[in-house]
Amino acid sequence: MNLKIFTPRGGVHPDSHKTESSETPIRHVPMPPRLIIPLIQGSQGSARTIVTVGDKVLKGQCIGEAEGADGTSIHAPTSGTVTEIGRYPMAHPSGLSSQSIVIEPDGENHWITYEPLDPTTANRDELILRIQASGIVGMGGAVFPSHLKARSKINTLVINGAECEPWMTGDDRLMRERAANIVSGAAVLAHLTGAQQTLIGIEDNKPEAIAATRTAVDDMEPVARECLGTGKMTVIVVPTRYPTGERKQLIHVLTGIEIPPSDRVTKFGIQCFNVATAHAVCRALLHGEPMVSRIVTVTGNVKRPGNYETPLGMPIADLLAFCGVKPNTTHVLMGGPMMGFTLPNLDAPVTKGCNCLIAASKELFPPPPSEQPCIRCGECVDACPVNLQPFELYWASRAKNFDGAKYHRLFDCMECGCCAYVCPAHIPLVDYFRYASSEIRARDEEQKAADQARMRFEFRSSRLEREKAEKSARLAARATETRTKSAADAALIAAAAERVNEQAQIEPSLQDNAAPLYDQQT
Amino acid sequence: MGYLFIVLSAVLVNNVVFVRILGMCPFMGTSKKLETAIGMGLATTFVLTLGSGASYLIDHYLLVPFDLTYLRALAFIVVIAAIVQLTELIIHKVSPLLYQVLGIYLPLITTNCAVLGIPLLSAELSYDLLESLLFGFGSSVGFTFALILFAGLRERMDGADVPLALRGVPIIMMTAGFMSLAFMGFAGLDRFHH
Amino acid sequence: MLAAILIMTGIALVLGATLGYAAVYFKVEGNPLAEQIDAILPQTQCAQCGYPGCKPYAEAIAKGETEINLCTPGGDDNTRKLAELLGREFKPRGALVEKLKTVALIDEQTCIGCTLCIQACPVDAIIGSSKQMHTVVSRYCTGCELCLPPCPVDCISMVEEPRTPQNWRWKYPVTGLRVVA
Repeated sequence: MNLKIFTPRGGVHPDSHKTESSETPIRHVPMPPRLIIPLIQGSQGSARTIVTVGDKVLKGQCIGEAEGADGTSIHAPTSGTVTEIGRYPMAHPSGLSSQSIVIEPDGENHWITYEPLDPTTANRDELILRIQASGIVGMGGAVFPSHLKARSKINTLVINGAECEPWMTGDDRLMRERAANIVSGAAVLAHLTGAQQTLIGIEDNKPEAIAATRTAVDDMEPVARECLGTGKMTVIVVPTRYPTGERKQLIHVLTGIEIPPSDRVTKFGIQCFNVATAHAVCRALLHGEPMVSRIVTVTGNVKRPGNYETPLGMPIADLLAFCGVKPNTTHVLMGGPMMGFTLPNLDAPVTKGCNCLIAASKELFPPPPSEQPCIRCGECVDACPVNLQPFELYWASRAKNFDGAKYHRLFDCMECGCCAYVCPAHIPLVDYFRYASSEIRARDEEQKAADQARMRFEFRSSRLEREKAEKSARLAARATETRTKSAADAALIAAAAERVNEQAQIEPSLQDNAAPLYDQQT
Repeated sequence: MGYLFIVLSAVLVNNVVFVRILGMCPFMGTSKKLETAIGMGLATTFVLTLGSGASYLIDHYLLVPFDLTYLRALAFIVVIAAIVQLTELIIHKVSPLLYQVLGIYLPLITTNCAVLGIPLLSAELSYDLLESLLFGFGSSVGFTFALILFAGLRERMDGADVPLALRGVPIIMMTAGFMSLAFMGFAGLDRFHH
Repeated sequence: MLAAILIMTGIALVLGATLGYAAVYFKVEGNPLAEQIDAILPQTQCAQCGYPGCKPYAEAIAKGETEINLCTPGGDDNTRKLAELLGREFKPRGALVEKLKTVALIDEQTCIGCTLCIQACPVDAIIGSSKQMHTVVSRYCTGCELCLPPCPVDCISMVEEPRTPQNWRWKYPVTGLRVVA
């Protein structure tokens, strides 16, 4: 069954470079001498350590508990000993370090006792809690906590198997080899979100993956069939185009609904999960395995490119060494060549969002030609999939005219890199946009802090004034009290003097000299 | 028809900034941003129209009857300065919103030579009251027009690849010169006048 | 000649009287300018400008009593904004090194609980009570350093705000020079 396909505007068709890594099956990697697991895996959601140094842990044992409603748990990727809890570099363009748990594997790889949940009988909250406790996050690279997405009630569930970035083949291999798990995971997610329609979108450059997924949908596991109930699941082939793998783009292609950049997809009754996330949901709920590994595409300038099932926390340098990174490698990209970034530090570990590592050499990724002036040819406007005018954004960002950048809707930009790809002047447009948006965010934060400081200062000033007023009122009250008291005393004295005077008048001969003295006192 | 020509000629053909080269100081000073340019343009329009009328009255009923036309410059400056001050006070009280927009630019107008130049010119050309008012209004619309156009260009210039030696004032002066040349083209409109 | 003097004097008197009357009649209470200035100031309340806080400094600027370049934490960026708002000339503060934002940290081992720093803090960011250990709520600290001088045991130090992915910024792109010929 083929549904109607829609074509959003813009987008590009870069060289795919997929075959380098897509033709070998997913391989396992040997356990490295130590694993470094950061407590924060993405931008959202953190975990709280629940182990101490010296603890023995089993594979899949929770070592960091989800913190708050947005947090996701983290688990030991293998059995071994916790040797250190400290700061280690993150796989982030900044190269900053973050709090991490270091585990020394014992080589046994002992699993915890599996505790699968039957999605057909367990209640919904329990299932969502299990997704959170299994540490499942969006595995396409955004690392958004999946339990937050699974909570929404929607009509259409989109499973994203587009994988539009060049070089990347992890999802392709996963669909070829483990399509049944993906379909089961999708069925569970459809059950949780109440979706009546499940659409699996796969780009037409992955025919094997499409065939495998179609077969898996046809021969669904009984439990998945039961989860799906009356709902329908369809595999839809979409044309190859970058960035169709972006969720709003894929939703547009599959349903024709164009979601404004400022709106959430759930507003339109749609939710989108990556195929790898669906796979992880299936492993966690139907098999009781929390997320302890992920498939990483290692490609580019390596001897054995391919997809590797890598334990989380494996240092990237170790993984690259295992794949035979060639000596003339200049730098390593994490994520795809379009949206990824250069890793500042290869000691950083593989995290849940690490979908692809590309070793770059001068031959594969020649240094970009130097930037030339923008002549506003409009190529970038044609390529932009979200209808922006990148050259206007560029002018504003470059001149540090941040209001101008906001006016031209900088925050609608998803930094897909299409504009920079087509730019005939080789302007690194996305670098300018990233600079401007992080600068605007930082300035907004500063403004917020300043407003808060002003409020607190004004409150303190008014408090001090009130205290001063209260104190002077208290003193004034005490002064009046003393005055009335002394006035009363004076009255008593006057009365006494009067009496003495009266007495003196009765006996003038005796009191003649004393009387004037009392008179003075009154 | 004559009135229309007074306005049109003041706005385009004899544009106060680009052709008469008057009021360069606020033109350069407040054309950095579009919003300030609009604020300054509005404030000038307001003051210049009033100032033209008031200057005409002073000229027609005081200076001319007593044969004191040689005091025009002096008398007009006093009147315009007073009008600016008065306008500022009234706007501040009556419309805080308008004051927000015009407030900072109003005092600047006192020293705007276009505001003095236009009443002097209309006295020179012996316009009547309505003509003076229209001439003042037209000139200030021309000033606003020039200011807004130039501010738009300068906002763009901020991000442009200007050679180092020309950054800042030099490129602004050159651009103003080019615009001035362009405005000379409007002289062709004169053809329809006769 | 006499007519000229009389007429000019007359004009001046009439206009002067009108303005004088208008100044009284149209008097506006409060100074909205001070609030606009206050919105630009960084609100560290550090008093390095010589005024007890940002608001008093803003009021002084609005009255035209003081220079606009006295704010140290705001730096030249701030002065430029003020110059733009007020139509005044921009004056640099001179060679000042841009400092990273710091926050106060109390060494809790040394603190004797004298409450002097609590009284000095302009934004109530230090909590604690007499003979009890004090601590700085770093989220509210503006880094004004006003708590440093009153401390009798010098247990307060200024530490740099830690960098996190949340407050980390991308650098301005730098591209190589074009090779000509």
